[in-house]
Amino acid sequence: MQSFLKPHRIVLIALALAAVAAAVVWGRWEWLGESKYQILILKGIWLSIWLTTVTMVVGMCLAIPIGLAQAVGPWYLALPARIYCTIIRGTPLLMQIWLLYYGLGSLFPGTWVQKSDLWPLLRQAWPYAVVALSLSVAGYEGEVMRGAFRGVPHGQLEAAKAMGMPRFTLFRRIWLPQALNRVLPTIGGETVLQLKSTPLVSTITIMEIYAVAGRIRQDTFIVYEPLFLLAIIYMAIAGLIVFMFRWLESRTPQRTA
Amino acid sequence: MICPPPAQLSSLELLGFGDCGWGATLLWGFGNSILIAIGAYALGFLIGVTGAFGKLYGGPVAKDLWSVYTTLVRAVPELVLMLILYYAVPAGLNQLLIASGYERIDLPQFITGVVVLAFVQGAYQTEVLRGAILAVPHGQIEAARAMGMAPGQVARRVIFPQMTANAVPGLGNLWLNATKDTALLAVIGFSELTKATYQASATTKAFFTFYPAAMAMYLLISLISIFAFARIEKWARKGQRDVRG
Repeated sequence: MQSFLKPHRIVLIALALAAVAAAVVWGRWEWLGESKYQILILKGIWLSIWLTTVTMVVGMCLAIPIGLAQAVGPWYLALPARIYCTIIRGTPLLMQIWLLYYGLGSLFPGTWVQKSDLWPLLRQAWPYAVVALSLSVAGYEGEVMRGAFRGVPHGQLEAAKAMGMPRFTLFRRIWLPQALNRVLPTIGGETVLQLKSTPLVSTITIMEIYAVAGRIRQDTFIVYEPLFLLAIIYMAIAGLIVFMFRWLESRTPQRTA
Repeated sequence: MICPPPAQLSSLELLGFGDCGWGATLLWGFGNSILIAIGAYALGFLIGVTGAFGKLYGGPVAKDLWSVYTTLVRAVPELVLMLILYYAVPAGLNQLLIASGYERIDLPQFITGVVVLAFVQGAYQTEVLRGAILAVPHGQIEAARAMGMAPGQVARRVIFPQMTANAVPGLGNLWLNATKDTALLAVIGFSELTKATYQASATTKAFFTFYPAAMAMYLLISLISIFAFARIEKWARKGQRDVRG
């Protein structure tokens, strides 16, 4: 604590607190008191967290086979995986979301899909958002996992083979856990990036927290205050993610030199 | 010339440069995207160099302020920062102009876009460059100081040449980010490639013509950039021993 609270820091913190106090006193925050907006904000925060979590999990499940295909697969699996990663990483996420929502979404009306049981689902926006965000995670993380699978020491795999482990057991017990362990810090960083990508789906009518702030700004004609709240909320969620991954890392055994 | 309904046009005609094609719109948007990316990247590089040196060699206050800047920018979504700056930059500038006795101006969209993206780029470039400077062997810098070199000279003759190789991969990734981040400006209404694609496809309903075409353009920049940065890294690493022996 002594090393953190140097004299100049105390002054800086005081200045920051004064700025926050000024924003609270002179800013227009009356909309925060309306229950209509409170519910919207809470729902929006929940949706942002939900989108980040679900798309990260689904994306990672896709990234593992993609990474494996690139790392050790035969060329007819490695090449498509490679092309997929290049396309996803080389084009803006916003464009991928719009292509899925406006493009793919425009194909369904008037076909058999409209009469099928899937229609109530495909009529909404969130499936497109989840699919687009998950595919994006799969592309970026596929590349990360490629390096991770390659990085597991060869002796480990040979030892497992020598013990007579079937290939799938070897993958499940030795290869995958060690690969995931290696990239845990990277995945933590990528999760924060994923959180920061979720506001893009507000452009396809998903009411997550960014869209909620936009709605409040439209209703009340207040320019900055909802945006400041938005920034604070994102920082809090990002901090939470970093904290969670630190905890996860501290739980996994690390061999240091 | 009166165009036939878009449904009767082929993909090539839609993408063409004729009266009925959207080729010129897309290409104009593409040019705009690249210009914004280059401007933001260059300005971000200036911020990054200043920030990296400020973070490493600045006074205690400067160090803390740069840390606050990089932490804040990297924790808040680009879209939110852009929206805040989109209103704050022109408003702040005009207040400054009026306070100092000038008339208010309308900042061109292009400049706002560049400044807004550069602010984000600057934070990431600060971190990349800081890491690259830290990777320069410390003895080199101490030796230069011991020879009596002025700080500017140390930076120019010793730090810059040796940090380039370390910084190039990170800076390459950030350049790819810059080109893709220009797409975010579409959300706040800038006319660049993504916005142009949206307009073209919304008008003609030919989604699967325009989106793949625009994606191919973005992909083209990415692939060329990856190639170019690989060459630059090779150039920057000449004279360094190859790790693989």
